[in-house]
Amino acid sequence: MNDENLISANGLGMIRGARVLFGEVSLFAKPGEAIVLRGSNGAGKTTLLRILAGLTQPAAGDVTRAAEVHWLGHRDGLKPHESPVEHLSLWARAWGGGATDPVIERMGLTRPKDVPAALLSAGQRRRTALGRLLLVDRPVWLLDEPFSALDTNGRDLLLELIAGHRASGGAVIAAIHGEAGFTASREVVL
Amino acid sequence: MSPAPIRAAFAQAFREAWAGGAGVLLPASFFAGAAMLVPFAVGSDSDQLAAIGGGVLWVALALASLVTMERLFQADLEDGALDLWVQADVPMSAIAAAKVAAHWLVSGLPLALLSPLLGLMLQMEPDRLPPAMLAYGIGGLAFFLWGAFGAALSATVRRGGLLIALIALPFYVPTAIFGAMSLQAEVPMPLIETLFLSAATLFSMAVAPFGIAAALRLATD
Amino acid sequence: MAILSAFANPHRFMAFSNALLPWLGAGAAILITYSIWQGLYVLPPEAYQGDSARIMIVHVPAAWLSMGGYMGMAVASLVWFVWRHEIADVAAKSMAVFGAGYTAICLMTGAVWGKPTWGTWFQWDDARMVSVLVMFFIYVGYIALRAAMDTRQKAARAGAILAMVGAINVPIIKFSVDIWASLHQDASVLRLDGPAMAPEFLTPLLLGALGHTLLFAALVLVAMRAEVRLRRADALMMRRMAGA
Repeated sequence: MNDENLISANGLGMIRGARVLFGEVSLFAKPGEAIVLRGSNGAGKTTLLRILAGLTQPAAGDVTRAAEVHWLGHRDGLKPHESPVEHLSLWARAWGGGATDPVIERMGLTRPKDVPAALLSAGQRRRTALGRLLLVDRPVWLLDEPFSALDTNGRDLLLELIAGHRASGGAVIAAIHGEAGFTASREVVL
Repeated sequence: MSPAPIRAAFAQAFREAWAGGAGVLLPASFFAGAAMLVPFAVGSDSDQLAAIGGGVLWVALALASLVTMERLFQADLEDGALDLWVQADVPMSAIAAAKVAAHWLVSGLPLALLSPLLGLMLQMEPDRLPPAMLAYGIGGLAFFLWGAFGAALSATVRRGGLLIALIALPFYVPTAIFGAMSLQAEVPMPLIETLFLSAATLFSMAVAPFGIAAALRLATD
Repeated sequence: MAILSAFANPHRFMAFSNALLPWLGAGAAILITYSIWQGLYVLPPEAYQGDSARIMIVHVPAAWLSMGGYMGMAVASLVWFVWRHEIADVAAKSMAVFGAGYTAICLMTGAVWGKPTWGTWFQWDDARMVSVLVMFFIYVGYIALRAAMDTRQKAARAGAILAMVGAINVPIIKFSVDIWASLHQDASVLRLDGPAMAPEFLTPLLLGALGHTLLFAALVLVAMRAEVRLRRADALMMRRMAGA
């Protein structure tokens, strides 16, 4: 395991309208680390994660990505007609990933795998979205409130995934409102 | 750059547009309904209808292309799929082009295929109908591309339908002009006019995807 | 480029525009007054159209600023897109309003001119009038899009994208309208260009165009100054709220 930063951000600042959302935020993540973003509603946790993911342009500062990133927003990205199998195989094709069956099984979606997303429960949709993290191996996971909509089993499953990802040299940066459930390397408060 | 993400984007957009057949039936019904209102508004005189029938279908096509646009990118934005596409490993303009192509195949091409039937009802000369159908197909693609550009710019705007029309309609002018010219040409196959029409569509294919991509990056920002 | 960098800094822009404004205003007042006085009292009635052609003293500069204003907007948008100078966005936003205004003036004076000349308020055979009409809708779309965006940054970016794509489209639209109008050309009674225009109109027309251009620049600068102050006031208010 090397000690290089997988992702780092320097002096990030963000303005929305005339409002300064945050300024001078710096952070980094090395292999195996997990960073937890804290802050009240509207403090800009989601925006910060989107900047790290390259979706949003920061008003100041820059981001250095030494590795590929997985972005998981609070919206699941499923189309109403898509079943978990269809969704995961679509993104497996788009990203050049491997087989979807092991992912379906790992995420506990074997039974509802052919049910359109419109008929799935919020937790099942969330599990499908989390399944995307396993389709292709990307060292940096950016997770926005990943535990929302998950029941206790789902929560335990995600904690296992995060632990496994860290053990294999990946890094996690997550915005979490309540109890994290895992040991964070550092916390960043906005 | 592998074409796999582009194919995947096309497949997803195609299924999304199809959505149980509504993606074809609604625009086609709107197209026919808008055209059928015209005889009631201008009178049933056959010569008059024959003179304006082809143009009426151009207007109906333009309107039908606009009514299907509002959800094209807004749905992707709301369910989070747009974030994932912006992050795909290919230029966003290619994804945008694939999505518009899929949308046009489902919601635009059928309108052109329906045009001979409507043209007959509007007293167009039968031998004009095949070249007209071709023109509606080619011109419709330009309408869909510029409409999609307006839709991408107004993706974050609630009830942006009117805004889409306002942005896109000036860009429809060359296609409407060359399209209508191709219907008035004397020869059986209006070659020059069709070439002009195709040039306008090729131009929109060359420019609009980049505009759409820039607008979608803004929408996810 | 020196002017560009002087404009890029808001503080220098405020000082620079403050010094420039009286000159622009005075120049505009003198030239516009001169051209209108020439047009209304000095010039003889035009050979074919009589007194009605005098309106071209306003109509032609308005048509020029309709196109010129949009080109200025597109250039400012490009500058904003490449260098992200906020003042370029302020310029584009301000130019859109007055460009649309001159476009409306062009359409209205054209209608007033068209009625005695062609017998209609709007002559679709006249390619230039039709182009200006399309231009008006392009302006309206731009202004409406900016107004619909929820933050200033988004308005700037969306506006810049639309203005640049629009600028690429304008020549194509104009070309298609020219072809289209030429199909019906024989229906028109009188042409505006060619030998119909008397040479003595040229000088007051050019000076009037220059005067209106200076007026346009002055109005844009005033609007830009107001916008810069507005953004400063916003920033101040936010700082105060953050401090409280």
